Amino acid sequence: MSATRTQEVDGEAGYNFAYLDEQTKRMIRRCILKAVAVPGYQVPFGGREMPLPYGWGTGGMQVTASIIGKDDTLKVIDQGADDTTNAVNIRRFFARVAEVPTTEATAEASIVQTRHRVPEDPMTEGQIIVYQVPQPEPLRYLEPRETECRKMHAYKEYGLMQVSLYEDIARFGEIVTSYSYPVMVNDRYLMSPTPIPKFDNPKMDDFPALQLFGAGREKRIYAIPPYTKVKSLDFDDHPFAIQQWEEDCALCGAEETFLDEVILDDQGGKMYVCSDSHYCTKRRAEGHTGTLSESAAKAYAAAVGAAPEPANPGPAKPEPAKEEA
Amino acid sequence: MYVAVKGGEQAILNSHKLIAEERRGDPAVPELTLTQIKEQMQLAVDRVMTEGSLYDRDLAALAIKQAQGDLMEAIFLLRAYRTTLTRFGESEPIDTARMAVRRRISAAYKDLPGGQVLGPSYDYTHRLLDFALAAEGGVGAPEAEAAETAVDAAIPRVTDILNHEGLIEEEIAFDDGQGGEGPVADLTREPMAFPADRDLRLQNLARGDEGFLLALGYSTQRGYGRNHPFAGEIRLGEVSVEFVPEELGFPIEIGEITVTECQMINQFAGSAERPPQFTRGYGLAFGHGERKTMSMALVDRALRARELDESIEYPAQDEEFVLYHSDNVEASGFVQHLKLPHYVDFQSELQLIRSLRKRHGQDRMEAAE
Repeated sequence: MSATRTQEVDGEAGYNFAYLDEQTKRMIRRCILKAVAVPGYQVPFGGREMPLPYGWGTGGMQVTASIIGKDDTLKVIDQGADDTTNAVNIRRFFARVAEVPTTEATAEASIVQTRHRVPEDPMTEGQIIVYQVPQPEPLRYLEPRETECRKMHAYKEYGLMQVSLYEDIARFGEIVTSYSYPVMVNDRYLMSPTPIPKFDNPKMDDFPALQLFGAGREKRIYAIPPYTKVKSLDFDDHPFAIQQWEEDCALCGAEETFLDEVILDDQGGKMYVCSDSHYCTKRRAEGHTGTLSESAAKAYAAAVGAAPEPANPGPAKPEPAKEEA
Repeated sequence: MYVAVKGGEQAILNSHKLIAEERRGDPAVPELTLTQIKEQMQLAVDRVMTEGSLYDRDLAALAIKQAQGDLMEAIFLLRAYRTTLTRFGESEPIDTARMAVRRRISAAYKDLPGGQVLGPSYDYTHRLLDFALAAEGGVGAPEAEAAETAVDAAIPRVTDILNHEGLIEEEIAFDDGQGGEGPVADLTREPMAFPADRDLRLQNLARGDEGFLLALGYSTQRGYGRNHPFAGEIRLGEVSVEFVPEELGFPIEIGEITVTECQMINQFAGSAERPPQFTRGYGLAFGHGERKTMSMALVDRALRARELDESIEYPAQDEEFVLYHSDNVEASGFVQHLKLPHYVDFQSELQLIRSLRKRHGQDRMEAAE
């Protein structure tokens, strides 16, 4: 029993590699295997208390901690961006307790932990994407009771969800769910894709990489094995459709990415930019430009008093594992 | 350049420096020591140990200092430490009948074996600010005189006294169906499953937020699940903890802890199988925590509705509602995760609402024509 605490990493004495003890990792890996074997089914697991708050990615962190090894390369994104505070914090955590190299390049990562987005760059076989899940139960907003929801999944009784979507169409003329849009996995289990925008739902279908989902507070793990059918719910006369923008990315000119709206002033001025920061940076490095590349940089610099970023900032370099002071 | 939170890493490090500075306060004021917290903030330490599920006064004091006195943050710190500890077994049940009692009261009897022992309590203090405590030189070393006769070494529990007549239900150990008591549930190792047995419920309530349980317990008194409680007994004192190491095969004492125990006695009209008799609600906390244990006992009794064939109509009787929302570390994390960026989802909602508004405008135009 003490063997579980003997392994230490140089960075953080007293803690096991990747924080969790080996017994816990084995328990979680068993749950992951079950989840992979039953795509879309929520496997209860003995979620541990993590040193980050519940709701901030503890489920995804436990999954990542259980599968990561010393030769892995980790990318962490939040809202598609590598540089948002929570992504930075989780990346720092793993750099600290697992001392693995980290990267911002989707293609270079063996594990991508994400919150609210699927990267724009395609992922490939052999890669794993780990989603942070706030609420694993797609039926929860219709039926608050876990005991009832589990029965509905067991009987594949999803009429309640279909009626709810139908009611949307009757009232609003369309399904008014823009994120956490429910999907059917492998024609069997109704699944929450996590609060990714429905824009990302089609990427999940027939995805070459393994998709793992960890919900820490609710203590559930689920998975979609590579090349599994994932279908967003819809009706024959109201087919599923993703968001579209009239503008392109103002920085890199991308036409088919998820765009964030950035407010420039209090006069209604705004611009649209890729939410996937790595994808956008990469495109700009390749020489793509958007309508506002120059002036937006100036406007932003004027607003925050910072030096403008060079219009062509060179290729993104993989970030070496950094030990914080 | 377009995201204001770029440079998050440096911002996080700077933020940590700022809290270190704020935590210290005015450096001209002497720094608080852990011993001071442990000795003079005992009730805060007790609450942090109880809801942090770890009996360690020094670590609880450290957590309180580190959290600048924010008890929920301190509970979180202690929990995050506890989760890294190896679990090496279960102790024997503590025997509160053999407690070294410092306080013991019963609201059900005027006098009873062992007597009423008021002990340390704020109950009958007048809540007037005591400016003597604000005085420069402090209060010195106040001392209470010892009673002429010592408190009995072992004081029978009120519920055991009632049990002689069969007026109250027996406390029945969990039966695993094979003649044994079976392992005790541990929600820190296995996820909760429903319907939940009483061991799991009691563990959840013991770790549960005092404020949440207080409000739920209160709601049962005000009519949302009324079950006529009497404070059968509340006792505070020290009990020994015994453990059976596998290699020895008999119990050895591994330490002594302070606990508060509340046995609530509730009416019960009887059902087809059971005669009318009193039923129990149970509360236990580390250290001195009467508000917590009484609230816990009320909610424990309310949650026994299913077992006692009572109709389940109110929040305090609803085990999924209570057990899923009692944990303040979970609740605090999830409420405060709203501070994390949600701009992808918000962008999706912006688009949706713009499209809905456009359609709404068109519909109105058409209607006007």
